[in-house]
Amino acid sequence: MNEYNFAYLDEQTKRMIRRAILKGLAIPGYQVPFASREMPMPYGWGTGGVQVSAATLTPEDIFKVIDQGADDTTNAISIRKFFQKVTGIKVTDKTIDATVIQTRHRIPETSLTEDQILVYQVPIPEPLRFLEPYETETRKMHALEEYGLMYVKLYEDISRHGAIATSYAYPVKVEGRYVMDPSPIPKFDNPKMEMAAIQIFGAGREQRIYALPPYTQVVSLDFDDYPFEASKADHVCDICGSSDTYLDEVIVDDQGGRIFVCSDTDFCAAQQSAALESSE
Amino acid sequence: MAEAALKGGFENPPIDSARAFRRITNAMARPGKIETLVGATPPPPMSVAAGTVLLTLCDPDTSLALLETLNNQEIRDWVTFHTGAPIVSAQRADFVFGAWDNVRPFQTYKTGEAQYPDRSATLVIEWEELKNRGAHLQGPGIKDIAFLNLPSVQPFVENAALFPLGIDFLFCSDDQIAGLPRSTKVSESS
Amino acid sequence: MYVAVKGGEKAIDNAHAWLSEKRRGDKAIAEIGVGQIREQLTLAVNRVMAEGSLYDPDLASLAIKQSHGDLIEAIFLIRAYRTTLARFGKTRPIETTNMACIRRISATFKDAPGGQILGPTFDYTHRLLDFTLAADSETSVVESQDMSDAQMLPRITDYLNQEGLIQQEIQTGDEPGDLTREPLQLPAQRDLRLQSLTRGDEGFILGMAYSTQRGYGRNHPFVGELRVGGVVVEMEIPELGFSIEIGEIEVTECETVNQFTGSKSDPPQFTRGYGLVFGHSERKSISMALVDRALRWAELGEDNVGVPAQDEEFVLYHSDNIQATGFLEHIKLPHYVDFQSELELIRKLRCEAEIPSRDEEES
Repeated sequence: MNEYNFAYLDEQTKRMIRRAILKGLAIPGYQVPFASREMPMPYGWGTGGVQVSAATLTPEDIFKVIDQGADDTTNAISIRKFFQKVTGIKVTDKTIDATVIQTRHRIPETSLTEDQILVYQVPIPEPLRFLEPYETETRKMHALEEYGLMYVKLYEDISRHGAIATSYAYPVKVEGRYVMDPSPIPKFDNPKMEMAAIQIFGAGREQRIYALPPYTQVVSLDFDDYPFEASKADHVCDICGSSDTYLDEVIVDDQGGRIFVCSDTDFCAAQQSAALESSE
Repeated sequence: MAEAALKGGFENPPIDSARAFRRITNAMARPGKIETLVGATPPPPMSVAAGTVLLTLCDPDTSLALLETLNNQEIRDWVTFHTGAPIVSAQRADFVFGAWDNVRPFQTYKTGEAQYPDRSATLVIEWEELKNRGAHLQGPGIKDIAFLNLPSVQPFVENAALFPLGIDFLFCSDDQIAGLPRSTKVSESS
Repeated sequence: MYVAVKGGEKAIDNAHAWLSEKRRGDKAIAEIGVGQIREQLTLAVNRVMAEGSLYDPDLASLAIKQSHGDLIEAIFLIRAYRTTLARFGKTRPIETTNMACIRRISATFKDAPGGQILGPTFDYTHRLLDFTLAADSETSVVESQDMSDAQMLPRITDYLNQEGLIQQEIQTGDEPGDLTREPLQLPAQRDLRLQSLTRGDEGFILGMAYSTQRGYGRNHPFVGELRVGGVVVEMEIPELGFSIEIGEIEVTECETVNQFTGSKSDPPQFTRGYGLVFGHSERKSISMALVDRALRWAELGEDNVGVPAQDEEFVLYHSDNIQATGFLEHIKLPHYVDFQSELELIRKLRCEAEIPSRDEEES
């Protein structure tokens, strides 16, 4: 009774997820419905990503899990431990060593390669959901390629705030066809989505899987006179000195003093050790 | 049911199918890329690669069609014993297995619905050999351009024109596989 | 120098250790047994089986023990366990007409063949705390008098059916869907709606049903019949060519008789709502029947008056407490990357609007 199948899920469930992944790859940006199962972690805590990883991992894989860019955040640890227990595979903190990376809210700073797969945890896969709550309606909009509502929303932002007031989960258009939610990554990460690795998105509670094959065209929605801007804090990392990474702001004393550090902890550590080596 | 039907399955299903799925994923995500795919030994004339696709993706929840040369009693028994997948007509099938000479016209197969383009057939086509030359492939999964010795070009151009509807292809030859999803734009070699 | 926060792994281990200590409580008090939960907290066990979608009193009792009595947590444990079970086949539909009833009441007729059987009910108890139960020693149990054996009884609504006064449910012979195996597709048919309701959170379904009674889609329900008892579960074995009994389960079934409708083509008739739940669970099955009836507006040619209980997407997408609690509680997880991007944006927008920062105001 204590022995679970490789990667927890039974084979029939894995096949169902695998078929959805393949259709997702064949129709980039389209949300494939799948019969998500209850996993041993709560819905909203990465069950979609966990199911995709479970259907994807092989015994030879080296697995990395990040949450907010960091390997040692509690939920990343919990998911990594789960897979160690149910697959026995190797795990790593190092982006370059990993073959499968499961992420919540970030894309690693290190460019991914053709031999890697990036699995995203997605809370609300429908980019139109907060504009139109009914699934029956949003499905029609995708079928008809009717995305006027989204542009109206972005335009209203501009007329109200002078800028598009979306800073994360910034919608993208895939290969000129489907508008897609990139999961709640900061918009700083959006340009990285045209990458060499395979990207698979899993939304467990909402029962959707979607995917981007390598080098798929991914364009952040914008207007000619208000072009998309991948913004970040206007600082350098106070630990490694990087100027082109996404930064977290940390309050360090009672006076509200703050510093800025890389959200990608593996990248930051690599920069530090590189700096150390060159100074020796 | 002949004894042969009981043989040729995965030795260790969770592991063999995980490895096979990675190869199939790579093939579908990188059109034209030729991958080695092993694990199953189906009755002839089905190739090792096609048999491995079948065991990796098909089960009682998927319908499949076996066309002409692949529609023999040994293969049908093998499919039923190892997967329990219902064998149906080509028009209704989620997965269609056939040799190139038997799979056309593509209009026969499910191409999905406007709201559910994923409800479309996947064609697993037996082809004499797979080489990275010939037809030009462009689109998602391809950096600049890829090449694959497709048996023909026009039917794939027509299928891609249906996007986001359409069917997706896996070409198999012995233990090799290459993918061609509907998103790939195919043109003649110049 | 600032060092990034680490040590999450150790913190998790410690939290788990503390949790297990909390579960056990004071060691001077005897540990509760799974058997005690199964036998003495049966209604909690029933709820966990119903919303966990797995009929196994022993596992449900274990889940209740492990979850410290948090029933939604227990349901979650059962659901996650259910995921790992291979499906060998499906049973024949249970036949509730052949139910061995321990309770059967109708609010629509004073008496009917088979009579009103109260059975074990809280209905007419006075809700006064019984301090004799507080004693740790074995409590005396009042033996029930005249407890007749469970019996098979005719269905009340069949009498209305004989006169053609109640709308006929059409047997389609269609294979019912299963939302645990297929992703929910909307609009859903009644089979999937009923499945969703029977698995749904009791509190949510109760709230939805109550809202119809208070005028948000009123459908004038009478409890035509409420029956509780055991039914036989049979499975067809293809190799044998006939079905065999594989067990017995307890269920609660409620059929409501609702306000008549009529149209140009159909004469006025009563209509029905239907509830069926694992275990003895009256509140849930009646609630289910009311919500089922409310969701049938289109099929019965009624107006959509725009109330929550008529809104299939609203009801089906929000009834599952495991989905709801997971997503609700996930906001405890770190969101500092997204928050940071919001911080940057709001600073930028304020800067562009030339709102002075507090420091500047003060100086």
